[in-house]
Amino acid sequence: MGVAKYIKDERGQIKEVTYQSGIKIKPSYGPEDLERAGFSYEKDLGAPGEYPFTRSLHPQSYRSRAWTTRQYTGFGTPEETNERFKLMIANGQNGLNVAFDLPTQMGYDSDHPLAQGEVGRVGMAIDSLKDFETAFAGIPLDRIGSGLTINAVATIMMAMYQAVAEKFGYSKDQISVTPQNDILKEMIGRGAWIYPVEHGVRLVGDSIAYAVKELPKSNPVSICGYHIRESGATPAQEIAYAFEIAKAYIDNVTARGIAPEAFVGRFSFNFNVYGNMWEQIAKFRAARKLWAKMLKNEYGVTDKKNLFLRGLFGGGGSGLTKEQPENNIMRGAYYALGAALSGAQTTALCSFDEAYTIPTPRSALLSLRTLELLMDEVGMRDTVDPLAGSYFVETLTLEMEEKILEEMQAVQSLGGMVACISNGLIQRKISRQAYEFEKGLQAGVYKKVGLSSALTDKISGKEPDQTNVELHAHNEKWAETSCANLKELRATRDGQAVANSLAALEKAAKGSDNVMPYLVNCCHAYATVGEMAGVFRQVFGEWNEPEFY
Amino acid sequence: MENKIRVLIAKPGLDGHDKGAKIVALALRDAGFEVIYTGLHQTLEQIIAIATQEAVDVIGLSIMSGAHLPICRKLLAMMIKKGLPDIRLVVGGVIPFQDIPALKQMGVAAVFPGGTSFEDINSGMKALFEKER
Repeated sequence: MGVAKYIKDERGQIKEVTYQSGIKIKPSYGPEDLERAGFSYEKDLGAPGEYPFTRSLHPQSYRSRAWTTRQYTGFGTPEETNERFKLMIANGQNGLNVAFDLPTQMGYDSDHPLAQGEVGRVGMAIDSLKDFETAFAGIPLDRIGSGLTINAVATIMMAMYQAVAEKFGYSKDQISVTPQNDILKEMIGRGAWIYPVEHGVRLVGDSIAYAVKELPKSNPVSICGYHIRESGATPAQEIAYAFEIAKAYIDNVTARGIAPEAFVGRFSFNFNVYGNMWEQIAKFRAARKLWAKMLKNEYGVTDKKNLFLRGLFGGGGSGLTKEQPENNIMRGAYYALGAALSGAQTTALCSFDEAYTIPTPRSALLSLRTLELLMDEVGMRDTVDPLAGSYFVETLTLEMEEKILEEMQAVQSLGGMVACISNGLIQRKISRQAYEFEKGLQAGVYKKVGLSSALTDKISGKEPDQTNVELHAHNEKWAETSCANLKELRATRDGQAVANSLAALEKAAKGSDNVMPYLVNCCHAYATVGEMAGVFRQVFGEWNEPEFY
Repeated sequence: MENKIRVLIAKPGLDGHDKGAKIVALALRDAGFEVIYTGLHQTLEQIIAIATQEAVDVIGLSIMSGAHLPICRKLLAMMIKKGLPDIRLVVGGVIPFQDIPALKQMGVAAVFPGGTSFEDINSGMKALFEKER
């Protein structure tokens, strides 16, 4: 049932339960379980807001501040996205989570042949600073922070965000920007990579080193166990792989002579809420603790705030079904409950219609309301870490910690994350797991409610049920508008300034200068995303994906 | 022994969500098909070139971005132009049911929207060749 393995006897009684991370669950837990595991309040939990932060990063948690909600938003032209941003903010959303279309994510301008059919489709189309000026018009960039879901060209978008803020009269120390900027996870899942592994990691390192000096309120990288989980990893692997990726970035920046203490506090994470709720809760609690322990013991980080595992726990896309899509509303609510019980700082939910379409305003608001209900109606803000001390939850948290450590050691023994991704080992492993899981789901070993009845419908010849899913309409005009704007931009901008800024960027990319200040100059000169990414393509080349069989 | 049906699983365009493509590739391989996977970010020209070189019987596109209609239309036109009308084109991914008739009408041989069982994909693929083999 669900994602866990259940063995039942002939009368249907549950005999054995095994979670995805490989932990066997007992019918009941008691003090003896904690004793056996050597549980100690001081060592394993600590007070809320105290090391190792298993319970919470802050002593008062949701009492002092409810979670930040950041629904993933963006489509079409910058005008349309700007409208949706304003709608979400007017409805109480306090941070943005910006979606870019695929050409932008892959560093192509809207008029590039490969962009055909994709402009504005899965996010907004951004070609130059002009588009950011439209997209962020009227958004108070000193109060609203923005997550930018962009990776291969994250340095470019981060520079552009600084440029637009400066253009609007904000200083760079007022703005808070969190580009996703996790290229290694793109290579494991999600697939929006461009440059070879080592150059990708160098760009991440450049943006971190730059943010440390120039963007004091920004978080230059958001490491995503999320997509690794969506691609087939277990919850324990999700955390383990994310931490191993984080270590690859830490090592890159440390090699520049910057101490971890100076930058690890700026890392944030993006983790998935999909799966068995108890396993998720234990995962998040164990992750907070392990991150703090790892930074302290392996990297000598001492400042408390730098030991925080900050992040967004949300999404849950893999759990949603195309069949009986309304069920996804309830699924989302339970996933969000798990996130709240884990003390998620920031959250967002996949909308119920996402197996079909880009969420409509109605479904996006429904997700926002689901999150609001938990905070403002159900009682999730009442007390910190309400499950602490539960025999089951504490035992499971300790077991999750073990499993995560085992998975991290497995990566280390194979040469670390960069090696495991370069040779395709991790990708092959989780693709295989995804396949096995899907087979199990189809064979009824795992269960998603509504799937089997949908199969019954199909056998009896009934049309699949997709009531009330209103499809987000793609507008071919978006591409025309973007291309026309680009044409005008190229004709009206100062071509010499663009050429000079791109030449300087190329020099920086070839050498070891941090590319960030050069990118900010390119953005101010209205160089296009395609031009800047093109410089990198020329200097770095492109990644050759390893075979997956 | 009959020849194995040769399938090219392809990810056209810029979308990088490849879990579906990979697990369908694994499932078809286990079901006795000869499967080649293109990897990510393929242009339609590259897909046609691999399909020709590998002499495949079927091209299976995996599309999650919503661009299935224009991509299929373009690929089908290219296949005719290149003299490959015998290769069947099938498509899977995030495909709304409403779009299936339009896809079939333009010449897509079969559509397997997300959530289709391996068994249905397997039998659907074999059915494409039942008359000749």
